[in-house]
Amino acid sequence: MAMAALRREGRRFATPLISPNPANVFRSSLIPSEEPVLSGVRCISTQVVRNRMKSVKNIQKITKAMKMVAASKLRAIQTRAENSRGLWQPFTALLGDTPSIDVKKNVIVTISADKGLCGGINSTSVKISRAMHKLNSGPDKENKYVVLGEKAKAQLVRDSKKDIELVMTELQKNPLNYTQVSVMADDILKNVEFDALRIVYNKFQSVVSFLPTVSTVLSPEVVEREAESGGKLGDLDLYEIEGAETKAEVLQNLTEFQFSCMMYNAVLENATSEQGARMSAMDSSSRNAGDMLDRLTLTYNRTRQASITTELIEIISGASALEG
Amino acid sequence: MFRHGSRFLSRASTMRWRRPFSTDLPAEAYKDSNFVEAWRKAIPTVEPPSTPSAFMATRPATPSSIPSKLTVNFVLPYSSELSGKEVDMVIIPATTGQMGVLPGHVATIAELKPGILSVHEGNDVSKYFVSGGFAYVHANSFADIITVEAVPLDRIDPNLVQKGLTDFTQKLSTASTDVEKAEAQIGVDVHSALNAALTG
Repeated sequence: MAMAALRREGRRFATPLISPNPANVFRSSLIPSEEPVLSGVRCISTQVVRNRMKSVKNIQKITKAMKMVAASKLRAIQTRAENSRGLWQPFTALLGDTPSIDVKKNVIVTISADKGLCGGINSTSVKISRAMHKLNSGPDKENKYVVLGEKAKAQLVRDSKKDIELVMTELQKNPLNYTQVSVMADDILKNVEFDALRIVYNKFQSVVSFLPTVSTVLSPEVVEREAESGGKLGDLDLYEIEGAETKAEVLQNLTEFQFSCMMYNAVLENATSEQGARMSAMDSSSRNAGDMLDRLTLTYNRTRQASITTELIEIISGASALEG
Repeated sequence: MFRHGSRFLSRASTMRWRRPFSTDLPAEAYKDSNFVEAWRKAIPTVEPPSTPSAFMATRPATPSSIPSKLTVNFVLPYSSELSGKEVDMVIIPATTGQMGVLPGHVATIAELKPGILSVHEGNDVSKYFVSGGFAYVHANSFADIITVEAVPLDRIDPNLVQKGLTDFTQKLSTASTDVEKAEAQIGVDVHSALNAALTG
């Protein structure tokens, strides 16, 4: 709702300003030579500037409120993301980190936000996903996308619609929890054929910095093949396996569990990055709105002063004409 | 301009200190160099993304002699109960039976069933009821235990467990559809495991 209001405000405020030179838009009101005041017109109306001041003030109010909301959400989700960081580490210690693995069916899981106004995190996810696609493309290779979140969907649909296998949105309607994420992971595992899943997300580092990250989850068959051929996962063959009857079964359970854990952490990290990015974006836009308001106030006062001066001069010169 | 010079210098020197010889490199490289190279070649305009191993402390290589302590990581989705804690022994509820893990245990991957996980540290024993997951014991005396849910045993109310057990047993006998039956069966299984954990 706030975003719609902001857009409306933005449009209202942008329409009188459309000029062939967009860089000059905001400055134009400040350059005195372009002011109607000095072109000899008496009694200029201050209505336009007042309206603009009002709308800038409204925008500032909205962005400030959004910043506050993002800050409080960030605090809640940041602790959860930090607590979930232990979850994936055992898997990486056991199965290794294999971004360079060369397999036939790649599925790129792009994690993004549902809402915009959060800096560049969504486009970063999309950019890295496209790059992963390019990196792993080749003859007899398949690349598919699984898209989480409205924003990445909107960007990926444009040029790679045929590659999108699955789209999931409104993930954050309820607070994220493990059950929900594992149901989603299960959905992906059931509906998509893969040799390697590559999860692309923004890892939260601080409120102003995020690291685009790719986690790789291999299918049980690939894990077994790699372990037997003594590639990167050669160590896995040294492990005794206890549990179900066959090794394949345990590996299947293991990789599915790995995927759900990786997804859980990735989704939380991305949500934290989103809130952080939104907070800093809204902070800078409230500051910009403040600056603009200052400049507008200056123009407004100057205009008012100019008209008062003109009137005074008229009165005085009128009076002196009578006297003389 | 040179204010930060000393910092860079010291950082460079500490890095050199940490890995003086190529033989001292940890088993896993800090970054997958093949990946980074391939990325730089294919997409020169975008920086290569990070990978999980960059955010992880590297594990030590397998020591030649058996260490006296076992390093345990016990993680849940919402917290890390134990992280890098050195203990004497853990007993893991594997699907094949309770499994005691001491330092120098053979490398194992075990699936867990609902049951008691106990961590022995000197004379202290802390017991958790876990809901199932995975446990890995690595050759370098590291044990990783991942479960979806875990509760310290002293926080479970025995009366409620008894009540739940009778409730679900009753439900199981009156269940008509398959779904109800399965739900009641899960309830009975969990509560009897809890009951066994509390009484045993």
